[in-house]
Amino acid sequence: MTAESVSASPVRFDSVTKRYPGADSVAVEELSFEVPAGEICVLVGPSGCGKTTALRMVNRTVEMTSGDILIGGRSVKEGDPARLRREIGYVIQQIGLFPHRTISQNIGTVPALLGWDKERIAARAAELLELIGLDPEYGDRYPAQLSGGQQQRVGVARALAVDPPVMLMDEPFGAIDPINRSRLQNEFLRLQAELKKTVLFVTHDVDEAIKMGDRVAVLKKGGHLAQYATPTELLMEPADDFVEDFVGADRALKRLALMRVRDVDLWTAPLAQAGDPAEPVRTAVAAAEVPHALLVDAENRPLGWLSARDLDGEQVPATPDSVADPLIDADSVLRDGLASLLQSGSLYAPVVDARGRLAGVLSVEIVSDFLASDEASESELTAAERPHD
Amino acid sequence: MSGTINHGLAQLAAVDQGFFTDRSGGGCIQDNKLFCPGWVADNYDRYVHPTLQHLVLVGSAVAAGFLIAFALAIFAHRHRWLQTPFLAGTGILYTIPSISFFFLLLPITGRGALTAIIALTAFNLQIIFRNVTNGLRNVPANVTEAATGIGMTPSQVLWRVELPLALPEVIAGLRIATVSTVALATLAVFANGGGLGTEIVTGSNITFKTGIIVAGSIAVIMAILFDAVLLLIGKLLAPWKRKQALV
Amino acid sequence: MIPLPALTLPTAAFGLFGDAFNFVFDGREAETGGVTVGGTSQVLDLAAKQLEVTLLALAVAILLAMPVGLWLGHRQKGEFLAVSAGNAGRAIPELALIALMAAAIGVGLVNLVVALAILGIPPILTNTYVGISQVDRASVEAARGMGMTETAIVRKVELPLAVPTIMGGVRTAAINIIATATIAPLAGILTLGDFIIARNVYGDAGVLAGAILVALMALALEGTLAGIQWAMTSKGLKLKRS
Ligand SMILES: Nc1ncnc2c1ncn2[C@@H]1O[C@H](COP(=O)(O)OP(=O)(O)OP(=O)(O)O)[C@@H](O)[C@H]1O
Ligand SMILES: [Mg+2]
Repeated sequence: MTAESVSASPVRFDSVTKRYPGADSVAVEELSFEVPAGEICVLVGPSGCGKTTALRMVNRTVEMTSGDILIGGRSVKEGDPARLRREIGYVIQQIGLFPHRTISQNIGTVPALLGWDKERIAARAAELLELIGLDPEYGDRYPAQLSGGQQQRVGVARALAVDPPVMLMDEPFGAIDPINRSRLQNEFLRLQAELKKTVLFVTHDVDEAIKMGDRVAVLKKGGHLAQYATPTELLMEPADDFVEDFVGADRALKRLALMRVRDVDLWTAPLAQAGDPAEPVRTAVAAAEVPHALLVDAENRPLGWLSARDLDGEQVPATPDSVADPLIDADSVLRDGLASLLQSGSLYAPVVDARGRLAGVLSVEIVSDFLASDEASESELTAAERPHD
Repeated sequence: MSGTINHGLAQLAAVDQGFFTDRSGGGCIQDNKLFCPGWVADNYDRYVHPTLQHLVLVGSAVAAGFLIAFALAIFAHRHRWLQTPFLAGTGILYTIPSISFFFLLLPITGRGALTAIIALTAFNLQIIFRNVTNGLRNVPANVTEAATGIGMTPSQVLWRVELPLALPEVIAGLRIATVSTVALATLAVFANGGGLGTEIVTGSNITFKTGIIVAGSIAVIMAILFDAVLLLIGKLLAPWKRKQALV
Repeated sequence: MIPLPALTLPTAAFGLFGDAFNFVFDGREAETGGVTVGGTSQVLDLAAKQLEVTLLALAVAILLAMPVGLWLGHRQKGEFLAVSAGNAGRAIPELALIALMAAAIGVGLVNLVVALAILGIPPILTNTYVGISQVDRASVEAARGMGMTETAIVRKVELPLAVPTIMGGVRTAAINIIATATIAPLAGILTLGDFIIARNVYGDAGVLAGAILVALMALALEGTLAGIQWAMTSKGLKLKRS
C-alpha cells in the first residue's frame, strides 16, 4: 500500500473494540462495517458515542483493544504507526495547522517527512493551493494570517498532500459558520468527485451526514452500530427508535434534499405562443393536469401564465396577466423547489433547464405525492452526483 | 566580639594609596569625588581584562545552565512525573545565594573561576528549566495532535513542532538568566573568580567611587547588550511571530 | 564522620565540614590570634541581623512597589513602566549597588535597607502589575456591575486572584535581598556574610560555616514565603491549577 500507486482503498472494521485504561465502560464495542473504496462514510451519533475513538483507531492515534481494521486488505497493526499515518490523510476539527510554518510548508509536511525534494514539494503545494481555491500568494503566509475557513481548506490540502488512499476527517467543518460550512462541504464534494478517496468523516450533525455520505454509520453510546445504510435508506427506514429519533421528526422533509427537481415526474401544462388561436388553448386547459396555460416564446421559454381573461379573445395575447414567477431550476433540489413555491404562494411553477427552456411544471402536489411514495428509496444518488446547494 | 569583627572589615576597607595616586586624576582622585572622568580616560585599559573575564564567566555559566536545564526539561517532557522533583531541585539551587554557593564549593573545587561558574550555573538552571517546560506545555494540543496524526514520530513532533513553538519562551528565559547572571557575576570576586567585581572591590578597597561606577556601568551595559542580542536572535528565529504582529 | 582513605577529596570535605560544624557551635580562635570567634551566640547575633535587614528591606519594597503595581494594574495603565522596571532591576549589579551606596552616601543600617529595597522593588512592581492586569476582565466587570466600589474590586476580586503572581514577585525579591544582605558587612552592617567575607579573621571553617548558614537561611525564608503564598491562595485557584 504505497501512497502514490493506489488512489483509494476499502476500509474494513472487524469487531473493533476499545476500552480506555481506567474507564469502566467501553468506548467502542465490536464495531464491524466496510467502506468500499472511493466512498464517503459518515460516522454520526450523539456526543461521546465513540466516533472520534473509532476514527482514530484507523491511524492508530488510539490503539484498539481488540479486533482489527484493514485498509486495502492489510491490517493497520502491521508496521510502524508513523509510517501508516503518512499514508492516511487526517483532518481534525481544530485544524491544528503549525503556527510557525508557512501555508506551503504546512501543506508540504508529509512530503517532507517522506523525503521528497524541495522542487517537488513546492510544486505539490502550489498544485494543492490551486485545488482548494487559494491564491498562490497565500503560500508564504502564516496560518494566523488566514480566516478560519481558509485555514480549514489548508488543513484538507495538507491531508491530501501525498494523495493518500484514505482520508480521516473528524468534524472538519464543525467550527465554521453555517454559510461557510455549506460552501466548504460543497467544495469538498466537488474535490471528492474528482479524487475519489475513501473517506471516513465524523460529524454529530445529521444534515451534514446525509449531505456528505455515500453511506452513514449511526453510532449509539458505547460505539454500537445502530444502522449502516445509504442516506436514503436511513431516512426511509430507520432501523430502530434510536435512529428514528436521532434522524429527527423531520426526516421525511430531509429526503427532499436528496432529490433534484428534474428527477421527479413533472406535470405538463397546455402551451401557447402569442398570436395562436385562443379556442384550442381553452379546450386544452379544461382537460389538463395544470388548469392554466403557459405562454412560451419560440424557444419554448416560459413568459407567463395565461388567465381565463387572457384567453377570452380570438388570439393569445403577447402580454399575459401574470408573469412566470417563480421559475425553478431543474437542477435544484426538491427542497429548494418547494421553498420557492411556498414563498411565492403559488401552487405551480414552471421548471426550466440550464438554457431557460421549459422542462415541466412543479406543483405542491407532486412534492406531497413524492413524500408519500417510496420513490425516494429507488432514486438514490451517490454523494458525488448529489446536488450542491 | 565586635572589635574582632571590625578588624576583619577594616582589612577590606583599608585605602590603597598606591592605587589612588595612580597616573593622573589629580585632586579629583585625592578627594575621592563621585566620578572622575580624567582618571577614567587614563585608566580605561585596566577594565579590559576584567570585562573579558566577566564575559567568560557569564558565557560559560549561561551556556552550561542552558544545556543542563534544556536537557532536564526535555527529559521531564517525556516523563512528566519528573517535572515536580526537577522544579524543586533547581528551585533549591536558585534560592541558595551565589555568594554562599561559592564557599559551599570551597572544599570541592577550591577558589577560582570554575567555582564561580558552577555557582552561577546552578542559579540559572531554574529560570531556564521553568521557561522551557512552560513553553513546551503551552504548545496547543491540537497542533501536536495533528503532528502525530499526519505521521510524525515523537522526536519529530518535539524537534519540528513543539520546540520551535516553545522558542519564544525559551529565549525569554535565556534573557532573564543572562541579565541576572551578568549582575551576579560581579560577586565572583569573592570566589577569586575574577570579573568586574575585582574593580569594585579593588585590592582591599571598596571606597573608590569612580571605580565602582565604571565597573558597575560596564556590567549594566553588558547586560543590556546581551539582552538586545538575545531579543534579536529570538525575533530572527521566530518569523511567524513577526508577521503575525504586522497583520 | 567515617574517614574513607581511598577518597581523599570527600574526606577533606568532610573534615572541613566538621570544622565548620565546630565553628558554629563551639567557636574557635581567630586567625588573627587572641579572641574566640564563631560559636552560637555570635552566629545567632549575625543571623538575627541578616534577617532583620532582609525583612526591613522587603517590607519597604512591598510598601513602595505594591500600591503602585496595584494602581497601575487596576487602571491597566503603565505596562511599559511596570515591565521595564522588572527588566532593568535584574541588570543592577548587587555588589556595585551596595559598594556605591556605602562609599558615596555612607555606611549604616538605613542606607543598607534603602539599597536592598531598591533591589526588591522591580520584581514586586512588575509581578503585582502583571498579576492584577491579567485578572479576567469579566470578573472585574461583574464585580462593578454588582455595585462594588473600585477599592472593593481591588481588595475582593483582583488581589485574591493575583496572589500567586504577586507572591512570585515577593519571593524573587526576598531571595535577591537576603543574598545581597550577605555582603552587608561591606556597608558596615555585620550579617552572616561577615564569616564569608572576612576569611582572614574566621578562616576556612568560618567561611564554610557562613556559607551553610546563609544557604539554610535563604531556603528557610523561601519555604516560609511559599507557605504564606499557599495559605493566601484561594481554594478555587488551587483547584484550577492542579
Ligand atoms: N483518552 C481517553 N481516555 C479515557 N476515556 C476517553 C478518552 N477519549 C475518549 N474517552 C471516552 O470514550 C468515549 C467516546 O469518546 P469519543 O471522543 O470517541 O466520542 P465522540 O463520539 O467523538 O464525541 P464528540 O461528539 O463529543 O466528539 C467517551 O465516553 C469519552 O469520555
Ligand atoms: Mg469527537
